Amino acid sequence: MIAYLIRRLLYAVPILVGVNLLTFALFFVVNTPDDMARIQLGIKRVTPDAIHNWKVAHGYDKPLFFNPGESGSNFFTDTIFFEKSVPMFRFEFGRSDDGRDIAQEIESRAGPSLEIALPVFLIGMMTNVSFALMMAFFRATLVDVWGVVMCVAAMSISGLFYIIGGQFLVAKLWHWVPISGFEAGASSLKFVILPVVIGVASGLGSGARWYRTIFLEEIGRDYVRTAKAKGISEIRVLFHHVLRNGLIPILTGAVVVIPSLFMGSLIMESFFGIPGLGSYTLDAINSQDFAIVRSMVFIGSVLYIIGLMLTDISYTLADPRIRLQ
Amino acid sequence: MVVILWTDGLVFLLSGLILAFAVYASRRPHLSLPWRRVGQSRSGMISAVILICFVSIGLLDSFHFRPQIAIDKGKPIYSVEVLSAFDFLVETMRNHTERTYSSPFSAYAFSRETVASDGVQSRIYPRLRYGGADLADPGRERIPDILKRSLVAALEGIGVWALLAAILVFRHSGGKSFPDAASSIFRGETEIPWNAMLGTLLAIFLIAFPAFALSSHYHVFGTDKVGQDVFYLALKSIRTGLVIGTLTTLVMLPFAIFLGIMAGYLGGWLDDVIQYLYTMLNSIPAVLLIAASVLMMQVYIDAHPALFETMAERADLRLLFLCMILGMTSWTGLCRLLRGEALKLREMEYILAAQAFGVSRLRIVTRHILPNVMHIVLISVVMEFSSLVLAEAVLSYVGVGVDPSMISFGTMINSARLEMAREPMVWWPLAAAFVFMFAMVLSANLFADAVRDAFDPRTRVASRRIPPVKDEA
Repeated sequence: MIAYLIRRLLYAVPILVGVNLLTFALFFVVNTPDDMARIQLGIKRVTPDAIHNWKVAHGYDKPLFFNPGESGSNFFTDTIFFEKSVPMFRFEFGRSDDGRDIAQEIESRAGPSLEIALPVFLIGMMTNVSFALMMAFFRATLVDVWGVVMCVAAMSISGLFYIIGGQFLVAKLWHWVPISGFEAGASSLKFVILPVVIGVASGLGSGARWYRTIFLEEIGRDYVRTAKAKGISEIRVLFHHVLRNGLIPILTGAVVVIPSLFMGSLIMESFFGIPGLGSYTLDAINSQDFAIVRSMVFIGSVLYIIGLMLTDISYTLADPRIRLQ
Repeated sequence: MVVILWTDGLVFLLSGLILAFAVYASRRPHLSLPWRRVGQSRSGMISAVILICFVSIGLLDSFHFRPQIAIDKGKPIYSVEVLSAFDFLVETMRNHTERTYSSPFSAYAFSRETVASDGVQSRIYPRLRYGGADLADPGRERIPDILKRSLVAALEGIGVWALLAAILVFRHSGGKSFPDAASSIFRGETEIPWNAMLGTLLAIFLIAFPAFALSSHYHVFGTDKVGQDVFYLALKSIRTGLVIGTLTTLVMLPFAIFLGIMAGYLGGWLDDVIQYLYTMLNSIPAVLLIAASVLMMQVYIDAHPALFETMAERADLRLLFLCMILGMTSWTGLCRLLRGEALKLREMEYILAAQAFGVSRLRIVTRHILPNVMHIVLISVVMEFSSLVLAEAVLSYVGVGVDPSMISFGTMINSARLEMAREPMVWWPLAAAFVFMFAMVLSANLFADAVRDAFDPRTRVASRRIPPVKDEA
């Protein structure tokens, strides 16, 4: 298994290089550093000197991929691509356009982000599985039918409505929690609880419905019939046989969700004014700070690759028949 | 002057393809059989009726033109504003703009204004320019007037519906007497659930006829900050949502099908390259990839303003580009599914037999593999539609969605966010966006479920095999 993981790690390198190349191409080949300087300094009435100064100050005064003025390895290394990409693999992200250290910002903002994303993920998963099991238990009855109807209705509502509606009802109308903001430490609970509840609620429809089909597929299998024929109770079959075997596709799905957690909190954090990575990225997108966006893309893809490896490991834990090699 | 925007052209192309397929499939029983199964699904057909209403609004909204404003030396001069056939139909609604916010069905503005009359300044709620303008005393006459107008329109709606129902019964009578045919349809004895569809149509008519009739005298969903009728905005958003939901898949399908089947069927280094490609694209958080691409394109558009004659053309190109980017990020899922299926099919006896007979690879792919993965393609296309409509709203909120000048659910929700914070609250733009978006996405979801149930061989088997729990008791 260790050999397998090492191979996966090595396989991650070309993927990360590809991600870097792609984001670099998106940002720099179509928008030259001159364009970027013009955006940052204001589109109109910019002197060539000002553009040149901005480029020097931000390290963009070099050729993009190849430096024809240099020889040897400097032909490749003395370029924007090399200088801006390679430090990323050492997790050095440089400075944002307003001069702050990106790595430090990320470090201080990861905490608040996790405080929302992690509970949403864990509690959401548990609620989805419980609802799905309930629908599977009452399958082909009115409970099941109405459960599915509610799920389809719930997943047809845009996540934005959950946030706007929840914020309006709970914070503005009932004054149970503050509308937005964040404090470090134990007092953060009152700021975090509403985003978490909304995050869980907005994912419930699609999640529960999906898990329900997984469980129903398992219930239709022969081993379940055998177990029932032996006289094992419905509840025990559901929790012992169906839940365990349904866990394998659920685990794959859970890792697919991890990167998109990133996106969900992007909006949640900006609505609730939480100083996390999501709102950081959103601000960077709005102010067109490419240094930050590139760093976030890089971190996002690293996390995704870690997620893929974790899925493989969790497979072996959930299903002893699977061996990694 | 007729203007064909990029997305219009693609929408027409897509409609043409669907029509051509419908004609082609209707003559071939093996292709039309699963569609007949969709036709038997009650929820599927109810949602289809609703979807058809949305699609017809969207299609009407896709015939664009620029009205002629004057003739200068024999040469016509056209307005820079691009209108659509739908704009032309609801012209009163489009032109009835107030100064600022007004609540639904109101005859007065939403906030007080200082008005000077006879040299005395007073702060009052001024009358609206169009909303309930022909009433002398809105306080007393408004509600009876609304009721009267909606009752007349509802009766008209029932009339049109009865006419359509009569035509349907007549076409289905087939030797039976008219009353017999009518009772068999209304009792649900027909193969296609016509009674449910007619009921849905009646419900839609009972809402739509009064709404449109009232819209020329009132603002059914109020007006927004710049005084535009919110009902009009919501109706215009339908096209944007439909375009994003359909064109994105149209753009991504060739990639996904071609690369997925290549990777699965041919294997080898090609498989490695394609797998690398989609793992890489998957590993970038979708929102960031979209944001990066949209920002990039925005800079390009800003740098080349001369390329676009009108604002609509610019907004349209951005919409098309958004579809392409969304397609780029969403083809990977389908590609992986198709690769897996092609891997499985490659080992099937009929493919081996074809190979043994010396059938060329290209022919095996087009004749044997492609038709056998089409159900996966179709299911994923219809399932994807609603999530794309929802994604548009989120992206527009983030600021990387459609052009701000383009009317869409996303831009409506985005501006509603500030309105909810006002005191007293402006709730109607959000409510309108919610109602329309919910209706569209819900019917799309239900229709997608019906299509999946009819086409997916797995769910068909599974649903028969699962015994209901009460049998054991």
